[in-house]
Amino acid sequence: MAENRERPPFQIGQQKVSRRGLLGAAAGLSAGALLASCSVLQRKEETPKLGATAEEIIKQRQLTPEDVTAALMTYVPSGKYDEFLMFSSTGHGGQVLVHGLPSMRLLKVIAVFSPEPWQGYGYGGYTSEVLEGGYFKGKPILWGDTHHPALSETNGEYDGEFLFINDKANGRIAVIDLRDFETKQIVKNPLLVNEHGGCFVTPNTEYVLEADQYSVPLGGVYAPITEYKEKYRGVLTFWKFDRQKGRIVPEESFAIETPPYWHDLADAGKGPSHGWAFWNSFNTELAIPGIAEGRPALEIATTQRDMDYLHVVNWKKAEELIAAGKYETINGFKVIRMDVAAKEGVLFLIPEPKSPHGVDVTPGGDYIIVAGKLDPHVTVYSFAKIQQAIQAGNWDTDEYGIPVLPFDQCVEVQVELGLGPLHTQFDDQGYAYTSLFLDSAVAKWSLGKPYREDGWKLVEKLPVQYNIGHLAAAEGDTAKPAGRFLVAHNKWSVDRYASLGPLLPQNAQLISIAPNQPMRVLYDSPIGIGEPHYAQIIKRERIKAWDIYPEVGWNPHTQSVDPNAVIKVGDERIERRGKTVEIWGVLLRSQIRPDLIEVEQGDEVIWHLTNIERAKDATHGFALGGYNINLSLEPGETQTIRFVADIPGTFPFYCTEFCSALHLEMVGYFLVKPT
Amino acid sequence: MATPVVRTPARSRIPRPLAAVLARIGDRVPFFLAAIMLGASLALPYWHMTLLAPQYPGGLRVVIYLTKLAGDVQEVNGLNHYIGMMKLEEAATFERAIAPYGVAALALLALLAGLLRRRWTALLATLVVSFPIIFVADLQYWLWYFGHNLDPHAALSSAIKPFTPPVLGTGRVGQFVVETRFGSGLYLAILAALSALVGITTRLRGSAERG
Repeated sequence: MAENRERPPFQIGQQKVSRRGLLGAAAGLSAGALLASCSVLQRKEETPKLGATAEEIIKQRQLTPEDVTAALMTYVPSGKYDEFLMFSSTGHGGQVLVHGLPSMRLLKVIAVFSPEPWQGYGYGGYTSEVLEGGYFKGKPILWGDTHHPALSETNGEYDGEFLFINDKANGRIAVIDLRDFETKQIVKNPLLVNEHGGCFVTPNTEYVLEADQYSVPLGGVYAPITEYKEKYRGVLTFWKFDRQKGRIVPEESFAIETPPYWHDLADAGKGPSHGWAFWNSFNTELAIPGIAEGRPALEIATTQRDMDYLHVVNWKKAEELIAAGKYETINGFKVIRMDVAAKEGVLFLIPEPKSPHGVDVTPGGDYIIVAGKLDPHVTVYSFAKIQQAIQAGNWDTDEYGIPVLPFDQCVEVQVELGLGPLHTQFDDQGYAYTSLFLDSAVAKWSLGKPYREDGWKLVEKLPVQYNIGHLAAAEGDTAKPAGRFLVAHNKWSVDRYASLGPLLPQNAQLISIAPNQPMRVLYDSPIGIGEPHYAQIIKRERIKAWDIYPEVGWNPHTQSVDPNAVIKVGDERIERRGKTVEIWGVLLRSQIRPDLIEVEQGDEVIWHLTNIERAKDATHGFALGGYNINLSLEPGETQTIRFVADIPGTFPFYCTEFCSALHLEMVGYFLVKPT
Repeated sequence: MATPVVRTPARSRIPRPLAAVLARIGDRVPFFLAAIMLGASLALPYWHMTLLAPQYPGGLRVVIYLTKLAGDVQEVNGLNHYIGMMKLEEAATFERAIAPYGVAALALLALLAGLLRRRWTALLATLVVSFPIIFVADLQYWLWYFGHNLDPHAALSSAIKPFTPPVLGTGRVGQFVVETRFGSGLYLAILAALSALVGITTRLRGSAERG
């Protein structure tokens, strides 16, 4: 709404106020018409101009012309919205960040794997149940290592409906609903412990891809490390997503067993390669730890071979095998054994330069680009050539019997970019952008046909500050990249910010990739809340988030009206049944009703709370000190908390969100009588 | 029904047959139109109130129909409770309850005035003429009543003096600027009143010639 409001034009220097507007509109019928016509006339009369004041500011702040251009390209005036939204992981911060572009303003932190009190995430209510869904064999896990957010896609383009994010440390995937930007589900992969190759979605979000990183025996059971080759296994997982329910469905998901190579990143095919998925890997040496036992360090042992293996998976074929019952069930999860996968043409390997990191499918789905961080080249595989090699059938196998396609027959080209290439993104002009970790630079290079005639050439390199990991271009991993902006996620900021102690913020740098212009850094955005790995940037208008919940009494977990919601003031009540006290309460400015609850020590308390507000932003918090209960109830939201009143005493409960002039008076008492 | 007397306008250039038809219906159509417009106005908003305050960039809107309230009623009620004002839906409950029947009756009167071409039947439509005035007067009463019957125990009761929000125009309550204006329903009712007035005038004039 705010962005539609008429604003006075940009002006530095003296203000000029028009009276003619007022006179012209004096004959208007209503006050509304008067205001509207007034502002329209005023706009016509005043033309933006850069006055002497601007020059003064530029001089005072010692800004270069490039600085001024960058400022003008990134400044988003008060009340205006950013053009793009960036969803980024926070590494072991365990959450997801939402930034606006080009302003690089942090708009929101979405709580995912860690409790977050402002959103009332993990302190009672359904969010605690979401976190419990991700417990590891019953053990509470209250953090995660988020790496790769994946927006849901339709026809290979972001549809703005859901976001998936992985937890490398504990092998989990979370589902965030972008109608309310809240985490709805955390699923634990029952086959693996540690993962990395997720989340990546297939072009219509049929599946969310996830693969293990550090192999363990299937199910994470114990096996001696010396039996690594025989007992340890890799897992490529296809999580089935039910868009209607907004949930991953483990029962309809499946995995493919692989040799215990350590899998890294992934991407799903699209266009001609739709139905296929790609993972790269390292430690095809099958090295195991044990420095004290005389084994070489893993960083040495896992980099002995010149080539590791790109995994090429026909998931459409895998679906058929599942339907035909050619799977085993392990820990309740469907698994296609690797001998079946090899025999049925589901799994192929192709050599790739050692210790690769990113594997990225071009917008048209015709090439697969692998960046091997120890090799100065990116290796471009042609999907058509891979298919020919598969048809030709003249492959060898690895020691587990998995077909290994000939490197030369699958590769289109190798392009030398610089030191430490990691990840690649794309724009709408036929260019690719690859992060160069060791060079601390972004390389822009041209794709070959059908993208460009002048293809497969390095165009330019832009230094970034410093140690770039992932990069994200606007919709830059979709079938239709948006171009214009790219964000470099730098691991080190070193000297970019004022000293804040030895733990330095990460540095997210906004880079202009406007067509026919050199790339340049526009803005530095410190990330002081985690380590972003991958990020995705989506056009803002693709996201259709709710301003308030659709109906009073909305349960955000079921995304439907809760039968226990109280939707009218006066209908609140307390019911006592033996040792159970059930409360149906409402919150509105500025009351929590009922406001006096008396229970006996040991009573089980079930407390339904509904914020009956319909005004945008009229959120109420609900905090019960001493019982570790803290909810955020947005307009229309209903939540239920359950706890045993085991501590006797007197506990005020109150609204934590400054909601109104009488916010401090929005309080009640919870009395627990000792027994 | 009485045999109608055909009047011929003195200086009429219109063809005779058409003039005959017009003369037959000239003091009927305005009543029919009035009945239709009044009936249609039931479905349209009669009065709009917009509350503007910094924290509501789009403003809050309340729309009054003859039979219902619409818009941000809950939010306005929520805000009003701080100054001890009654809930909006507690105003004019009787009027809202009888509105469909009342308007139907008025439309019927207009219809009768059109159908029965007696001089006195025209006077049936005077109620239609007075209806918009009655509506505005009633609205004014309720605005006064609401502004003068604030709950003395409300949180901000001591900060607000009794007041009457304007029926038409701009007022101020707390941080809110209140803008009110008539709705399309009320304008239609006014048109119905004018139409009925035309009918009455025509009927009363014409009846002299008819004798």
